[in-house]
Amino acid sequence: MPHSMLGVSLAPPRWVRILGWFALLFLAVSQVTGFMISAPDRDMGTLQKIMYVHVPAAWTAFLAFTYVFGTSVAYLWKRDLKYDLLAAAAAETGVVLTGLTLALGSIWGRPTWGVWWTWDPRLTTTAILFMIFAGYLALRSFVEDDEQRARWSAAVGILGFINVPIVYFSVQWWRTIHQVQSTPATVDPLYKLGLRLNAFAFLFLMIFFIALRYHAARLERAAEARREEDALTEGTIHV
Amino acid sequence: MASELIRIRAMVWKDLTAERRTKANFNAVAFLAGAILLLFGFALGPDAAALEAAAGGMIWLTVLFSGVLSFNRSYEKELEGGALEALLLYPGDRRSIYLGKLIANFAFVLLVEAILLPAAAVLYDLPLHTMVLPLAGVLLLGTFGFVTLGTFYAAMASRLRAREVLLPLLLFPMLIPLLVACVEATQAIIDQDAMGFAGSWMKLLVVFDVVFFVAAYFAFDYVIEA
Repeated sequence: MPHSMLGVSLAPPRWVRILGWFALLFLAVSQVTGFMISAPDRDMGTLQKIMYVHVPAAWTAFLAFTYVFGTSVAYLWKRDLKYDLLAAAAAETGVVLTGLTLALGSIWGRPTWGVWWTWDPRLTTTAILFMIFAGYLALRSFVEDDEQRARWSAAVGILGFINVPIVYFSVQWWRTIHQVQSTPATVDPLYKLGLRLNAFAFLFLMIFFIALRYHAARLERAAEARREEDALTEGTIHV
Repeated sequence: MASELIRIRAMVWKDLTAERRTKANFNAVAFLAGAILLLFGFALGPDAAALEAAAGGMIWLTVLFSGVLSFNRSYEKELEGGALEALLLYPGDRRSIYLGKLIANFAFVLLVEAILLPAAAVLYDLPLHTMVLPLAGVLLLGTFGFVTLGTFYAAMASRLRAREVLLPLLLFPMLIPLLVACVEATQAIIDQDAMGFAGSWMKLLVVFDVVFFVAAYFAFDYVIEA
């Protein structure tokens, strides 16, 4: 179907395509830098390099969920479906990034702590966030009406986000065996540079994913509307 | 304000009367709770010490697994014959629908617990009768938080095809802080609570209850809208 018939350009906007290539390039450079400039960790060896994906993925996942919260509030306020599609795009991105965080954390934890999983507050909070927003996406796929889906998922997104500090606090209280939190302040300057570069690379990737997913959602909506229109016109011809 | 209270009372009365006149639902849920308690017993084996050490967790998981079945039902009744549309057309704040269902569900789950706890005391050999007061505090706070979110999410899930799986999928991850607090407090009480842990966990329950009651109360308007 030519793009003019949908009223939405099939290709993503120019800035999204440019951002995509830029993010990919930036990520490649940041990863190589992470590997090259800092020596393998004294205790962990090259295993430490997982940090350059694991930590940025966790940070940006949290950012993505914050964005879900913001756009959900914006939707209930303005009732513009644009915000709902943005929230959905960010939720999907956040679920992928938390999934990545959990998988890499597990791979890192096995040789380091000797277990695939520990009930550490940050790890557990990430897993719960993953479940909450997987539920959010599941709910979306079952609601037919656009307005209803938007209102319901906004409510679920807001309540899910409110729960994050409560979950974190309760699990922390429940059990803590994690090492001291890694922030740029507690790691060596060389690691710091690698971490910062990769954090930005993931930020660009996240924005790219959200923008691309948002564009796809708009196309889906346009195609849906087009199908309905076609079905209606066909109906009148036969009558 | 007074008219709101009348509306809420009418909702509670309607739901509880419908429940009382059929009893089928309550009986089924109560028996299921008993069956789950038995299953946990079999899963853990007949070792009395192991059962006692895990009793808090088993009791609360039983509450969650059996209680979750009552929330969807509380809205499904309204979906038959378009009763929900009629409810929404009545003048006044729609949040009274939420509060009414919340109170009715609260009463329902508390009644199930009133049967479940003595059963747990017998099956797991717990001297629960000596700790009624602190236990009641945990039960009230924990059940209120559970029902607050359950009633809220069921307002959405009950109107969808996949309601049976969607409600627990949405609800249970949200309830993890509540579950942790309830289990820890209950277990502390069962273990004589020498360290006074139960009180701190109950404070967490109060925070959870207040935060989600306020959030669900204000979000309900957006959820119930047809």
